[in-house]
Amino acid sequence: MAEQVEVGEFAPTITRQQLRELQRKNRLDNLGRAWYKFSRNPLSIIGGATVLIVVVLAIFAPYVAPFPEHARPFTDFANASRPPSWAYPFGTDEIGRDILSRVIFGFRFSLTMGVVVLSLVVPTGVLLGLVAGYHQGSWIDTVIMRITDIFLAVPPLILALAIASVLEPNLFNAMVAVSLMWWPWYTRLVYGLASTLRNEFFVSAAEAIGGSTAHILLREILPNMVSPIFTKISLDMGWVIIIGSMLSYVGLGVQPPKPGLGTMVASGAKYLPDQWWISVFPALAIVVVVLGFNLLGDGLRDLFAAEEV
Amino acid sequence: MSTPPLLEIKDLYVHFGVFGGTLKVLDGVNFTVYSGEKVGLVGETGCGKTTTMKSILRILPMPPARITGGEIFFKGEDLLKMRAGELHRVRGRGISMIFQDPTAALNPVFTIGQQLGAVVQYSIEGKRLSRKEIWERAIVPLKEVAMPDPERMLNSYPIQLSGGMRQRVCIAMALVASPELLIADEPGTSLDVTIEDQILRLLHRLVKEKHVSVILITHTLGVVRETTDRVYVMYAGRMVEVAATEDLFSNPLHPYTRGLMDAVPRLTGGGIADGIPGRIPDYLNPPLGCRFHPRCPHAMDICHQEKPPFYKLSDNHEVACFLYRNGGRGTQTP
Amino acid sequence: MTTDILTITDLKKHFVIGYSGILKREPITVKAVDGISFAVQEGETFGLVGESGSGKSTVAYTTIGMYRPTAGSIAFRGQNLFEGNKKRPLALKKEIQIVFQDPGSSLNPRRSIERILELPLGIHRPDDNRLEEIVRLLEMVQLPPDYMYKYPQMLGGGEKQMVAIARALATNPSFVILDEPTSALDVSIQAKIINLLIRLQEEFHLSYLFITHDLILMRNVASRVAIMYLGKICEVAEAAEFFRNPYHPYTQMLLSSIPVVSADEEEFKPKKIISTGEIPSPVNVPSGCSFHLRCPERMDICSMEDPLMVEVEEGHTVRCHLFSPEQGGL
Repeated sequence: MAEQVEVGEFAPTITRQQLRELQRKNRLDNLGRAWYKFSRNPLSIIGGATVLIVVVLAIFAPYVAPFPEHARPFTDFANASRPPSWAYPFGTDEIGRDILSRVIFGFRFSLTMGVVVLSLVVPTGVLLGLVAGYHQGSWIDTVIMRITDIFLAVPPLILALAIASVLEPNLFNAMVAVSLMWWPWYTRLVYGLASTLRNEFFVSAAEAIGGSTAHILLREILPNMVSPIFTKISLDMGWVIIIGSMLSYVGLGVQPPKPGLGTMVASGAKYLPDQWWISVFPALAIVVVVLGFNLLGDGLRDLFAAEEV
Repeated sequence: MSTPPLLEIKDLYVHFGVFGGTLKVLDGVNFTVYSGEKVGLVGETGCGKTTTMKSILRILPMPPARITGGEIFFKGEDLLKMRAGELHRVRGRGISMIFQDPTAALNPVFTIGQQLGAVVQYSIEGKRLSRKEIWERAIVPLKEVAMPDPERMLNSYPIQLSGGMRQRVCIAMALVASPELLIADEPGTSLDVTIEDQILRLLHRLVKEKHVSVILITHTLGVVRETTDRVYVMYAGRMVEVAATEDLFSNPLHPYTRGLMDAVPRLTGGGIADGIPGRIPDYLNPPLGCRFHPRCPHAMDICHQEKPPFYKLSDNHEVACFLYRNGGRGTQTP
Repeated sequence: MTTDILTITDLKKHFVIGYSGILKREPITVKAVDGISFAVQEGETFGLVGESGSGKSTVAYTTIGMYRPTAGSIAFRGQNLFEGNKKRPLALKKEIQIVFQDPGSSLNPRRSIERILELPLGIHRPDDNRLEEIVRLLEMVQLPPDYMYKYPQMLGGGEKQMVAIARALATNPSFVILDEPTSALDVSIQAKIINLLIRLQEEFHLSYLFITHDLILMRNVASRVAIMYLGKICEVAEAAEFFRNPYHPYTQMLLSSIPVVSADEEEFKPKKIISTGEIPSPVNVPSGCSFHLRCPERMDICSMEDPLMVEVEEGHTVRCHLFSPEQGGL
């Protein structure tokens, strides 16, 4: 392959090297433009920063938490039920475990739940929606969407509770329950978008050129749905965390002594209002995480918004 | 003209803040309209004509847009210095605007009667009118735009009307409060030629009968020639030539105007001359001096350095180009 | 001896847009194209002109394969394009390409120019060096190589359309459908693109089906012109003849209303016929000759019978009762 690419009046010769340079420069420009759009709203940055902090805390929990061993089976009745202080910024619970450390480890469960559920649900739901939307009007559409409708017809929380109560209560099964009730929402969303997008002229152009169905679905149509899908994903992170917390609050999902945020709120509820810190701080942690993802979602929506002058 | 102008834009500067800096879109726009005349504003996409018109009515999105200089006088008052309450008097009453795409300008979920009625109600300050009164008043502009069966029209939805009828509804809405100035932004572009013809003849009739002045914005030279009395040619945020319509077409002076005229296909055939080379300037870093100089076949040194003022070649013809600084020679017309 | 590259025979395309009646059983049909026939010769530019609702774009979309004909046939070099129920084979897709009207929607805003041009190259010319070909294609439409990495929104309307043209030519087609390629563009950019298209036609021996509502543009681009009204062709002639000597009242009406920029052209236009009334919609096609409601030369027979196409001069055909032999028109 030649290093020089011969062309005519514009650039008598242009080398691959120069083209690579131009590519790099364009990519940087695009990043700058993206950041510009994202950062117009300061709340988006706050949301993004919050999420980033939570993620870092979750990943480095054993190194960041002051008392990592408190996340495992541990008792210290000498220091039980202490209010917030320098030694224990969030106080201790009824058996002496540091709540701050447990909250940090709790983020792990919440984020894991969110990431795993969405990793299962998003590709499945989106793919089904793409195929159904592109073939709107055909039997493929009917089959996929009717199955989706069936799942959507069952009240989601009841479905989750039913599944989770049949299975052994732990994080893994909670994730399974939530996944099974979550995927249809993505299919619905993507179905609507895909059935509109397939009428765009650039799709017709790709078909006229001979593009395969896979190319058209994944390379032409899907990239134009990124904004609503990503927005939904960031909002869903919040929802999945809440639902996971709800499940563990009612005793399904994460079991004590593991530090699930919802579990912590539940077990601390009986000590309200005197030892309020046992419930309140985990609850606040949930609020912060969910709010962070919501604000991030707004920012992502702005980021992918169409450019206008 | 010895009478004072109806609308006078003086040295208008408008900038937009975007990623990468500031778009210096309007760079000293001067524009005058007198009572009872039809003025054309010709320019290509991106030259700033819509921005100028939106500045008159102050309907630009204010971030990112900023009006950084100039004055806009309407009947002697500076619109740019008015506060919201005062502008209220002018919008829709003194000055009205109709837009390019009538389908987009009408709300699809309300009937014509509801939309026209809203305009009627808005145009009467203070009083709340009864439905009957609104209906009666709404029929008047519909009749003025020669709408067949106006009563049925009031109960129709935009989707039930053809493009030409929708545009007529938009004109009717613009006429409700008897404005003195009507700004028509490419009114025929989305319409077929026979229907556009009807709309333009309607505008002509309105000017004559109701003494409304019209600013007709378009990029179609043929329409300008048949419909206007005077024409401004705009390029990259500045006016480059203004003349009585006949004079502009028989004797285009500015190299840009010439380039445009040459590029228009002719009914008599013969192929099309090449367009003007280059593209419109980047408003982030516009060229110094005359903004057209990078594309101008007659560019001189001074063109790179200084902004050309308007040179008056006759009562009806002015051009902002250094070729004419000694009054008239310019380049020989081929 | 020129051969026909594209032959359209009695093409009909109807759309059912809903159902009426108490039991919703009566289909409401839009007869977008209702029986047209013409042939494009190798190497020529055949012009199809008409107002909105005339069906000209439907002809384009059917030819490119977006729709299947309701009746009639389209053949490319003798080969039926709609064989059986199968999708069009890649070899045929390669030969027939299209440039759409609105470059803003025919280029995917989420794909870079490089990726947009890569698609046809990857499918139809997998052996050629991709990078060099893209640069060459951009050069062919007078765009600098670094445009490859830009996205469509960063380009002006004319530049986008040039990318669309480059994309259409990337497969090395023989036949290109140009559906109002410059309608959304300014006059000087239009000039550039039209001249580019003409040069490319010569260089690559292309045949064009050029569709527009702009009669003056058509005069300067096409070698033969057909005018459509509500799904049917009214008149066909060689370009200069079409404009110098229009027979059909609709043609005359359109020609008399177009705005021109010079006095010479003004004299060239037929006498002004003011069109009253609206353009009827293709859902409610008038009986008999679809134009009779707006026709200044309307006769009794016009509301009852649809006229047949008649040759009035060599190479010049008209579909109008004024000229049919029974009426003694000629």
